[in-house]
Amino acid sequence: MAEPDAQDQTPQLLIQTEDHTTVIRLSGDWTLRQLQANPALGKQLKQLPKTAKNSHWDTSAIQVLDSFAALLIWQAWQEQFPANLTSTPEQTKLFTRWQQQVIPAPEIPPPFFQHLRSEGKRFYTACRLEATVLLVLLGQLLLDTAYLSTHPRSIPWAEISDTIYDAGVKALGITALVGFLIGIVLSYLSALQLKMFGAEIYIINILGLSVIRELGPLLAAILVAGRSGSAMTAQIGIMRVTEELDALSALGISHSMRLVLPKVAALIVVMPLLSVWTNAAAMFGGILSAQSILDISYRQFLLKMPDTVPLANLYISLGKSAVFGLLIALLACHFGFKIKPNTESLGNETTNSVVAAITVVIMVDAIFAILFMNVGMP
Amino acid sequence: MNKLCAIQIENLWTRFDDDFGGSKLIHKNINLSINNGEIVGLVGASGCGKTTLLREMIGLQSPSEGQITIMGQRLDESLVKNPKNTALRCGVLFQKGALFSAMDVFDNIAFPLRQLGITDENIIVRLVLMKLTLVGLTAADAHLKPAALSGGMIKRVALARALILEPSLLLLDEPTAGLDPIASQEFVDLLADLHQQLNYTVVMVTHDLDVLRDLCTKVAVLAEQQLIAYDSLAAVLAMPHPFIQQFFHNPRATRVFQYQEHQHG
Repeated sequence: MAEPDAQDQTPQLLIQTEDHTTVIRLSGDWTLRQLQANPALGKQLKQLPKTAKNSHWDTSAIQVLDSFAALLIWQAWQEQFPANLTSTPEQTKLFTRWQQQVIPAPEIPPPFFQHLRSEGKRFYTACRLEATVLLVLLGQLLLDTAYLSTHPRSIPWAEISDTIYDAGVKALGITALVGFLIGIVLSYLSALQLKMFGAEIYIINILGLSVIRELGPLLAAILVAGRSGSAMTAQIGIMRVTEELDALSALGISHSMRLVLPKVAALIVVMPLLSVWTNAAAMFGGILSAQSILDISYRQFLLKMPDTVPLANLYISLGKSAVFGLLIALLACHFGFKIKPNTESLGNETTNSVVAAITVVIMVDAIFAILFMNVGMP
Repeated sequence: MNKLCAIQIENLWTRFDDDFGGSKLIHKNINLSINNGEIVGLVGASGCGKTTLLREMIGLQSPSEGQITIMGQRLDESLVKNPKNTALRCGVLFQKGALFSAMDVFDNIAFPLRQLGITDENIIVRLVLMKLTLVGLTAADAHLKPAALSGGMIKRVALARALILEPSLLLLDEPTAGLDPIASQEFVDLLADLHQQLNYTVVMVTHDLDVLRDLCTKVAVLAEQQLIAYDSLAAVLAMPHPFIQQFFHNPRATRVFQYQEHQHG
């Protein structure tokens, strides 16, 4: 073993011929650190001829030998003790350890088709499980709502109000900005087309219908899915990692009552409000743009709107938004509970949550469009 | 610079800024030099800055004043920014293992080797399996993810990862916390064995009095922001300082020491 006060010494490999035999002498510190600093030495050791193990090896001058260096030397010996070796007992022990190591045979991967079949089966099971879990979550939510309607004292007001603040109030800025810009762009592009046909006044129909009926709720939903949906998923995921979910269960508090229901309830309340807010911002942008390009004054715009955009559109917009809120919160919670306690899973499920929420929102929006095809048109 | 010294801490002060513009004093003028080959137990009441001191030794945190020298190398800005230098010298075992949860056991242990630029898979496999055996695990455990491991196994894997680069200094944060007595005893035996074989210098933060007794050659006691003692356990036990009296001579601690004296003769 090393002298405690030995200085770091560069490892050395000397090949000498004494009395017609080759002597290979190693000295200095043979450690991972030194060998990394002197990569040439490792190469030299590797390139020694196969007959090198028949020469006389002297490792006794090595000051520090660690198992990494011992492995390199052992491999240079073709995994056999050289016939002629001078070493200290500690060094021999290290080499013996490498000699005794048994490497388990690597697992043979299954044939391709079998692999494909098992993967397919796994995918099918996963899909079925996913659908079941989502259905159970929804069912539990209904049960909880029924329970709360008979026990109004147990309604988690504090959590609901917290989520309303986080998902709604804090989102006012970003939804207003996005709505405003989309309003300007939409109004500007339509105005250019309408001008060609001399149908400037129809800007009010186009803006009113498209924004209030479609774009407002959709924009708000996409922003909330990206903002609050991901946060909810990550929050529940971290609660799994820190065992807070288990603590809740141990205290006899239902996850769905404490975590899912407040989020769902809050988003059902918040989404319609946010969508009205986004509508307003987009209309404001549209009015500004129409005024500057088409010379339609805001007074004219506002006076004409009730005639061109029936009130039913606003109701559709509000109803749609509430459904979007329900779906976003439900999916966020679903993916949150799916998170396993590792970093990779946390990232994956958060991504999945946002992607699924946005996709489902757009799909449901299409369903709404078909269902209410004949409602609310001027 | 004394070559016998593995760690030297000079005039170290640590202050944490709080939210109100003030600061909280953690360490007050700490001086400590730890010789090569020692196993040092760092003890003190909860929240007295033991882990902070350990983090400062690793370079994860800078002290407010003073300097730390590890194996003859001063821990300063440039070294902390380029941690490869210290990573080669000291292996660290964090309190909860800090295994990479997205990798399996094998990749966790092989990670530092691959990071160092060793690409020969054959060598990596042999080294990793050797360390696994060393900490009492088998090749069958190599494919498990950290989430599937028990607390004791996590500590073992983390120790294997700390040892893979053959460091000459081991820093352990509560190595036996959360282990059952059998696992804890095995861990102590393992460390004692490794220390004998490889002559590491070990610094460990611990609350475990029997670990102090069975393993540590020196005990460092932190109290009232200061290092009030650094000596062998017997010498520390004899000190009249009120904190030491309270820490080591309370009924429970006394029972541990007496029982062991009885056991060991």
